[in-house]
Order: sequence, then C-alpha cells, then structure tokens
Amino acid sequence: MMDQMVTGKTDAGNSLRHVRADFPILSQKVHGKDLVFLDSAASAQKPRQVIDSMADTMRTQYANIHRGLYWMSERTTEAYEAVRDQVAAFLGAGAREEIVFTRNSTEAINLVAHSYGSLLRPGQVVLVSEMEHHANLVPWQMLRERMGIELRVTPVTDDGALDMDALGRNLSDGRVALVAITHMSNVLGTITDARAISDMAHAAGAKVLFDGSQLAVHRRVNVRELDADFYVVTGHKLYGPTGIGVLWARREILEEMPPFLGGGDMIASVSFERSTWAHVPHKFEAGTPAIIETIGLGAALSYIESIGFDRIGAHEDALTAHALKVLGQVSGLKVVGTAPQRGGVISFTMADVHPHDIATLLDRNGIAVRAGHHCAEPLMRRLGLSATARASFGIYTTPEEIDMLAATLEQIRGFFV
Amino acid sequence: MAQDDLYRTVVLERAKTPRHAGKLDIASLHAQGVNPLCGDRVNLHAQVDTHGRIGQVRHETRGCAICAASADLMAERVMGQDTAQVKRIHAALATAVETGEAPDGLGELSVFAPLHRHRSRIRCAMLPWSALIDMLNDDKDR
Ligand SMILES: Cc1ncc(COP(=O)(O)O)c(C=O)c1O
Repeated sequence: MMDQMVTGKTDAGNSLRHVRADFPILSQKVHGKDLVFLDSAASAQKPRQVIDSMADTMRTQYANIHRGLYWMSERTTEAYEAVRDQVAAFLGAGAREEIVFTRNSTEAINLVAHSYGSLLRPGQVVLVSEMEHHANLVPWQMLRERMGIELRVTPVTDDGALDMDALGRNLSDGRVALVAITHMSNVLGTITDARAISDMAHAAGAKVLFDGSQLAVHRRVNVRELDADFYVVTGHKLYGPTGIGVLWARREILEEMPPFLGGGDMIASVSFERSTWAHVPHKFEAGTPAIIETIGLGAALSYIESIGFDRIGAHEDALTAHALKVLGQVSGLKVVGTAPQRGGVISFTMADVHPHDIATLLDRNGIAVRAGHHCAEPLMRRLGLSATARASFGIYTTPEEIDMLAATLEQIRGFFV
Repeated sequence: MAQDDLYRTVVLERAKTPRHAGKLDIASLHAQGVNPLCGDRVNLHAQVDTHGRIGQVRHETRGCAICAASADLMAERVMGQDTAQVKRIHAALATAVETGEAPDGLGELSVFAPLHRHRSRIRCAMLPWSALIDMLNDDKDR
C-alpha cells in the first residue's frame, strides 16, 4: 500500500484512489447504481480497519473498564486509555489528561457551556459567528437563559469569510469571556484563521473554543500552535464510529471547571454527606463510556495517520478546485460561499430547482448529497436562502464522482426548465 | 439519467405554473403549514360556506416541486368538498404514499404514490393537506 501511495499521481484528486478498497460500503449499489457518496461532511464512511477493530474488541477482548480486577478488564482499559494518548498526539495536546471523551462534538460543547459556563457572571459575553452549526449556538443560548450572559454574533462577509474587523469590534469592550467559533464551516467550507482569532481573543482577555468537527477531518490540527483553550471534534466524521467525540481543553482550565454529569467513574470518594471528584479528565467522564466506539476511534486515527494529512490535504484541495471548476459550468448553478480559505464542502443552489428536488433526483442516480439548512438556520437567513444542496468530499472521493455529479445536475436542470 | 416516476409531467408543470396560486379576496379562512426540517412553507386561503363546504382554495407555496404541486392539485381537488370528504381524500393520499398503491378514486393525486420509495419526502406532499385539515378543524371548533 505504501508503494502505491508513493508512486500514485498526486494531480487532479487521484492520489488516494487506493483507499477506496478499504471502505466496504463503497461497493454497494443504490437504486441499481454505483454509490457516489458525497455527504461525508454529515458523516464519513468507515474503513474496514475501524469495523474490524470494533468487532474484534467485542469478539476477543471486552469488559468494562477502570474497575475490573481481572485480565479482560485490564486489557480493555489499556486499549481504551491508549486512544487517549493517540487523540492527544492527533490534536497536538500538551498532555493526555487534557483529552475528555464525549459522545460527539455537540456534547463536548454542551459540557463546556454547562461547566465552564457556570463560572461566568451575568453581563459577560460569549461571542459566536454567524456561520455556526446549531451545536455551537444553541448551548450558548441556553447558557444565556440560565446565567444572564450576553450572546454576541460576529457576521460573515458576503463571500462567506469571518469578518475579522467585526470580530475586533465585538471584542473591544473587554466583556467577552469566551469566543466560540467554527474552524471550518459545514455549509460554506470556509476555514477560519484560528490562530489570528486566538490572538485577538487572548489580547481582549477572552478564552477561545474552536469547533473542529469539520476541520479536523481535512487538516492537521495542533491545538498548541493554534493557541486554543478548547477544541472539539466528533468521531463519526473522522471515519470513526458514532457515539464518540472529544473535548480538548488546557489542563488548568479543566481543573478549574466543575463536573458536568455526576455518577460512577467521575468520583474520588462518595458518602451521603459529600463526594469528591476524580482528577481530570475522569471528572468529566461519568458512567461507562463508549468503550468500543473509543477503540474504533483509535483505529480511525491510526488509519488517517497512515495516509497522512499532507496527502489528505493535497487530495482534497485538488478535488475542491476540480469541483469548483466543473460545478461552475453547470447552467444556473451558484456556489454559496467563496471564501479564499476553504475545504471540500460545497453548498450550491441551481436556478429555481429546490435543493430537495435536486437531492432526490441525484439519489435516483446513486449520488448522495445533503439538502436543507445544514443545522445552520441563522446562516441561511443571512444568505437569504431557505436551503442549499451540499456536496462534500472525503479521502475516498474521486474526480470522476464529481464529474458525474456535475453531469447529472445539468440533466436535472434541463428537466426543470 | 435515471428519472423518477415521481417527477411526472403533471408534478413539474404544477410546480412551474400553478393554476391555483395566490391570495383570495373572498377567503374566510387562512392557514399556514411549515416544515421545520426544510423551511418549506404553504399559506392557504379558503372560502368555506356555513355548512363547511369549500368554495375555493388558493395557496402561496415556497417549497420544493413536490410540495408546490401537491398544494396546487389539492386546491383543485377539494373544491366543493366538505370536511369529511377532504379527510377521506387525505387518508387515501396518505395510504398511497405509504404503500405505493393508489386507492380507487384518488385520481390525479396518485402521481404522489412513488413517494413511498422516498420516505424523507412524504412530508413535502402532505404539508398542504395537514395545513388544510388543521384549518377546517379549527373552523369547526369555533
Ligand atoms: C461544524 C459542525 N459542528 C458541530 C457538528 C455536530 O456534530 P455532532 O452531531 O457529531 O455532535 C457538526 C456536524 O454536523 C458540524 O458540521
């Protein structure tokens, strides 16, 4: 496999073609057609390495963790905790204790909103952007109701970039406690300048949280180089299973934060009078965690690392450039979001054809795209749209699939005029 | 391209050039149906007599072709019907989209039967009907 990777062409998004063999689902037919899966931004498909690691765990080495005094439990605990080291390395974290396992990014953000949020005072501000996924908006609205904080919104520019001047103005009164912003938009594909955002936030005395749900799939993340305070990712978009996500936060912040959920595994001692909390990160991991899914996430990260982000980034950049070119030639098609820094998530509209009709007709041809508001209703309103269709790419996407998308869109368009 | 029997000419035509779109000066009842999943929206304006019989219906639809065609065909179909009859047609349509088999008497509305293979789109066709039935029920309660 390595040979192929070294000798493989790197042009035109073909360099990772060999990985397709690792994804059993890609050989499925849909309505009698080859599956063309262009919805990886919603959830990625899983390589057999992930599927096998989870099945093997259940077949050969499974027991509850952190409590059994027997061989199976100890081995499972080791496998589970080894993934914490892996995630720490994957994100460039300073220490394994900074990695908290959650169910997904949504839960990771809710953890921060509940726990760190409880340390905020009325009148302090949480600053989000106009292009947040509901996962990075609704928890802060709920915190506003609970705590009387202010929620402030930084707009996006017409091309779909974060308005950095407005961000500066929003930070200028010194009341912002936390900036919570996406590292890559799931609608526009925009990649934000996280390091610049961190610098601006810190200069204004604020902490910064990045929603890396999309970005961490496509680019190497180094939370220390970004100078972030919190960073969240979700396993199922990273070619891993559902039910496992990650919160990274600086150790000193985690230590200051109260627990989120209470129960087993998160305590040091319990009596009816009072309980004391386990050390970080266990303080935030109440109850039996998603053991098998965590091990699956470990397999997914190993798989991604075996390909390497240099190749993944080059592949996706080539695909994105190709897609912008061929989609731009479809009559009536308008790409929504044209920020200069962007990844392989492309939203579009097509003249008067409703995105849901586009998605249904593409599906009849085996092509899976997403259509709707993409859990970003305020952004849709800002763009003056009720919905878009969205094609998004993964390591297994090929230029031919994008050509097929463009050709089928052209036919659909013909059908409606 | 594999087409779909769902997007028959009648659906495309009614979506593109609806015959019953707009407002109605003499409307006595109004209703709105919204699909929160996709933001599709149907505004209905109906003229209903004191016996609950529908005279005319007009619709203003912002949505996909399925929703728009459904609203237009509904407006045509329910003219002259009372609430009980509207509910019977609605039930027959619901059976058609669930099973793919159009019950006798469904008429032109049977173009929506292929929705049984597109379960995520059934709501698009049913949205105008739910709005209409809510409107008629509200009227009765009053
Ligand atoms: C940018 C962004 N943030 C957050 C989420 C939420 O991810 P999850 O549903 O796995 O918590 C998503 C997924 O759709 C996303 O794209």
